[in-house]
Amino acid sequence: MPEIEALENTSGVIKKFLYLNSKAPYGTVYALEVLEMILISAAFEQDVHVAFVDDGVYQIKKGQDTKGIEMKSFLPTYRALEGYDIEKLYVEKESMEERGLTVEDFIVPVTVVNRLTMSDLIHSMDVVLGG
Amino acid sequence: MAYELNGKKIEHDEEGYIADVNGWTEDVAKMIADVEGIDMTSEHWEVIHFLREYYNEYQIAPAVRVLTKAVAKKLGPEKGNNKYLYELFPYGPGKQACKIAGLPKPTGCV
Repeated sequence: MPEIEALENTSGVIKKFLYLNSKAPYGTVYALEVLEMILISAAFEQDVHVAFVDDGVYQIKKGQDTKGIEMKSFLPTYRALEGYDIEKLYVEKESMEERGLTVEDFIVPVTVVNRLTMSDLIHSMDVVLGG
Repeated sequence: MAYELNGKKIEHDEEGYIADVNGWTEDVAKMIADVEGIDMTSEHWEVIHFLREYYNEYQIAPAVRVLTKAVAKKLGPEKGNNKYLYELFPYGPGKQACKIAGLPKPTGCV
């Protein structure tokens, strides 16, 4: 894990972290694992950004009912991010629109950016962790 | 592993956190507090109920830093600080209060 080593070697330096979510909330563990990673990482006081692209935009869609799959919905937990001082949330416009969603469909306030801007955002980060 | 309360078994993990957050009652809290050596006062209950509400709203147990900040916001800065919360829960308002509140161990807590 070169990112972790780099972090240890430069203690006190604040790095730009991006957690890039691209998977639907259920069916795989990626969404929940990344969310837990974000909550844990908040303790390290880094400059945290969270982005939702592709099916990842469904992770923050309001009104999820998980009864049918007998799983706890972790949708409310995204609303806890603000209390963890994680407020830089981005949604890719094309991914959102391709799925018939608007910014009103999301449970948390997000900044909508187009694909090109998202690409620039990704490239401007020190560490990108995907899931 | 399980606690036993009025002949009823309440499953818990190796550190004493109960398995089912919905199986919690105030009697369960009192029993866990006994095991932890904590004499529950109204100040303790205030934090415990605050944690239950936090969990109901966000579905997670808050990190201690987040708990402290949220308590300050809701109950005032004289309660939302480390000194006050650690005096109530010497083994950590995150770890110990969450255990008594029937919540999972806070995410990221080791």
